Amino acid sequence: MIGLDTLVQGVLLGGLYALFAAGLSLVFGIMRLVNLAHGDLIVFGAYLILVVVSVLGVNPFLAALVAAPVMFALGWLLQKVVLNRTLGDDILPPLLVTFGLSVVIQNALLESFSADSQRISMGALETASVDLGPVTVGVLPLITFASAVLVIVGLNQLFYRTAIGRAFRATSDDQVTASLMGIRPDRVFATATAVAMLVVTIAALYLGTRANFDPSAGPARLIYAFEAVIIGGLGSLWGTLAGGIIIGVAQTVGAAINPEWQILAGHIAFLLVLLVKPRGLFPQGGGR
Amino acid sequence: MTALLETRGLTAFYGDFQALFGVDITLARGETVAIIGANGAGKTTLMRAITGVLRSARDQILHAGTGIGHLPADTIMKRGIAMVPEGRRLFPSLTVEENLLIGAQHKGGRDLGDRIDSLFARLTGGPDPAAMAGDHDGSGHWSLETVYDLFPILRERRRSPGTALSGGQQQMVAIGRALMSNPDILLCDEISLGLAPVVIRDIYAALPRIRETGASVIIVEQDIGQALAVADRVYCMMEGRVTLEGRPDTISRDDIHAAYFGAAA
Repeated sequence: MIGLDTLVQGVLLGGLYALFAAGLSLVFGIMRLVNLAHGDLIVFGAYLILVVVSVLGVNPFLAALVAAPVMFALGWLLQKVVLNRTLGDDILPPLLVTFGLSVVIQNALLESFSADSQRISMGALETASVDLGPVTVGVLPLITFASAVLVIVGLNQLFYRTAIGRAFRATSDDQVTASLMGIRPDRVFATATAVAMLVVTIAALYLGTRANFDPSAGPARLIYAFEAVIIGGLGSLWGTLAGGIIIGVAQTVGAAINPEWQILAGHIAFLLVLLVKPRGLFPQGGGR
Repeated sequence: MTALLETRGLTAFYGDFQALFGVDITLARGETVAIIGANGAGKTTLMRAITGVLRSARDQILHAGTGIGHLPADTIMKRGIAMVPEGRRLFPSLTVEENLLIGAQHKGGRDLGDRIDSLFARLTGGPDPAAMAGDHDGSGHWSLETVYDLFPILRERRRSPGTALSGGQQQMVAIGRALMSNPDILLCDEISLGLAPVVIRDIYAALPRIRETGASVIIVEQDIGQALAVADRVYCMMEGRVTLEGRPDTISRDDIHAAYFGAAA
């Protein structure tokens, strides 16, 4: 029987997938860049947090706070030095370069940390739960979901309430005219990827504390992220959250019916949404 | 005296196709110059070169005596050269007010991003366009309030998406957006194109008030009558070359006809 409990767990799991997807959605929305290394960057972030935890001996939340500026700077450099050179009318170069980046990150992590799976320990928080009347939910999944909502709200504020967000949208609309307004598209893109890496750091924190990860864990996260972004409609941040939730619910419902069906059910939900709404639930703009 | 803006033997290319062949024009401080010519004469290409959308050689374009032909568009805008592009080119994702604000967002001065870019340029040995942005500080007469006074209808529509407006209103936004940076030089590319005569009259009525604030103006027009009515001097272009230059009161209709359509007139 599929109960309320299954649905709630699915929604909370969807928060995690939305976090995986938000950075991807942000970068795609602004520069039409599909970053195939996104999942690997999340795994890289998880290792970075792991290192900070073990070197400084601080708790994972504090470690993520330490890792965030490093990830921000790395994102800025990655876009400025590498990815900006791949942008243009041809969509192939960014795909090839980020695919290569994915391979490089996986192998560098394999060299540095071996193939053993790792986990960032949260201590008592890992098993803590709260009783919400009819359902009992884990505190960590709840914090994950709240973080996802906060990230989406924060990114929306950034997009629609700040000068940087205005520059993001203008550059996304029309790079040439944006440059006539004194905006440097390459700098806007570097800033966008840097912000996306902040979101990646948050995603990495929950990836690393909720489950085991190893150097090859990235591509599977990328698939979930992709599905969430596409279900939601390209470029819509709230749509991305909805997409994450749909996949999360489908997976927990699938697992409740038969544990082997968890992953498959998520993918089937994705295909069903595409069948009904090929451009996603909340498509933005006129399909540039 | 040094011209405020000058092109010297300006050439421009789209790939292998040469669009400008040694164009020489000057703009004095406080002057309004019109550039007329048929479709494909190179008028818009000239604007794209001046604004840095098309790069040229450094000394083919001089701003107050400094070579700027090699600079990117954003740096040229920060030097005080603002553009009202052909076709308005409002940002569809932005409201009217946001479209206006974005014109003022990146006015002169060095911000944190410029400093990071300069540091980056030093580390990599690359060019540092931020260093060429000059000392135009973007302050002056124009602000949201004064632009709304110039075009009151925009105040009412300020929360609408820019592209939800009529063509004439969109043109007002595009002009206001360029004014928000308080430019020394305002370039207007085909601002009457596709608009009804009564709307064109309204838009051109704003020009004297723009000139009063000290801006020098270059207007690109296909409408010869309109151009002659507002300009201190006129250039006519044909096939990528300047074919006529003069004051509206000294050039004859026949001269213009010949320069506009070719000698066979």
